[in-house]
Amino acid sequence: MNPENYLYLATILFVIGAVGVLVRRNAIVVFMCIELMLNASNLAFVSFARLNGNIDGQVVAFFVMVVAAAEVVIGLAIIVTIFRTRRSASVDDPNLLKL
Amino acid sequence: MIELLSAAPPTSTGEALAFWVLAPVAVVAAVMILVSRKAVHSALWMATTMIVLAVLFIMQGGIFLGVVQVVVYTGAVMMLFLFVLMLVGVDASDSFVETLRAQRVAAILLALGVGGMLIAAISRATFPDAPGVGAANDAAGGHVEAIAEAIFTRYVFTFEAVSVVLITAAVGAMALTHRERLTPRKLQAELSVERMRSEHPTPYPSPGVYAQHNAVDTPALLPDGTASDASVPDELRRQGTVRHTELEGIGESDADEGDQR
Repeated sequence: MNPENYLYLATILFVIGAVGVLVRRNAIVVFMCIELMLNASNLAFVSFARLNGNIDGQVVAFFVMVVAAAEVVIGLAIIVTIFRTRRSASVDDPNLLKL
Repeated sequence: MIELLSAAPPTSTGEALAFWVLAPVAVVAAVMILVSRKAVHSALWMATTMIVLAVLFIMQGGIFLGVVQVVVYTGAVMMLFLFVLMLVGVDASDSFVETLRAQRVAAILLALGVGGMLIAAISRATFPDAPGVGAANDAAGGHVEAIAEAIFTRYVFTFEAVSVVLITAAVGAMALTHRERLTPRKLQAELSVERMRSEHPTPYPSPGVYAQHNAVDTPALLPDGTASDASVPDELRRQGTVRHTELEGIGESDADEGDQR
């Protein structure tokens, strides 16, 4: 097997995550799809580290994980705050700024 | 596993086998995240994808990263997701009604375009011979040592910046979810005075008394056979999941009156 297959897998997962972000309405599911995209990029980073024979790709993937954790914390806090005031977790409902 | 890390063959048969078993699992689980109607099911499929990705990391020599993936993602992040899901309401299933015209078609076309572009780029690129991270590990004296050396020397400023991001996120989450108390907290003396002045100074009847079930969703039956709405929690009444069972044969005429009331 060619190690490049990991990159194809990462691409497929990234694209599935992107479709989820565009199509789903539930804010929590949208967040999960963003996590899926970040994980796919991590897989690409780890594969590149292996392909190039150095550890830097893994370190970058580690940093991506930390930033993703911070992003989840803030995002879920925003979702909880919106749910408290609007009683809804759908991304269609907060449309007060719409003309 | 150790051989896989230190030696540099492109892929062993075992790795190829593991990849062809795990990659379809990851893709199917990712698609299921997309098409699951309930958010909890999406969360479980997400956990599946993350565990599979952790195994893929370990297969490629990222042992530390694989363990971190399991601990941070399937441990912490998924728990956070499930926690918020329970807070928001598990029953809130997603509506699949399109609100923007042709948005789904456009999204899929866009995704196919991006995916095709990336796959074309990968297939045309020339990659090195996949030496593996074994040499880098050996140079530092071990896998974790190699990662620690990279984080705390070459990437130390990134590391500090990322730690600032984490602390800011923690403070931000507290600031976002904190609720300021607008009215002073009622003390027990005020609560008791309020209760004595209300219509119902005695404790409310407990659910299930004299009924056929003693679960909290079954209202208590009053002596005349009618169900007492005051005995079930408000939240259940709001959700409309109160079970109405009446004792058969006892006070049927009264029960009818109670329904009309």
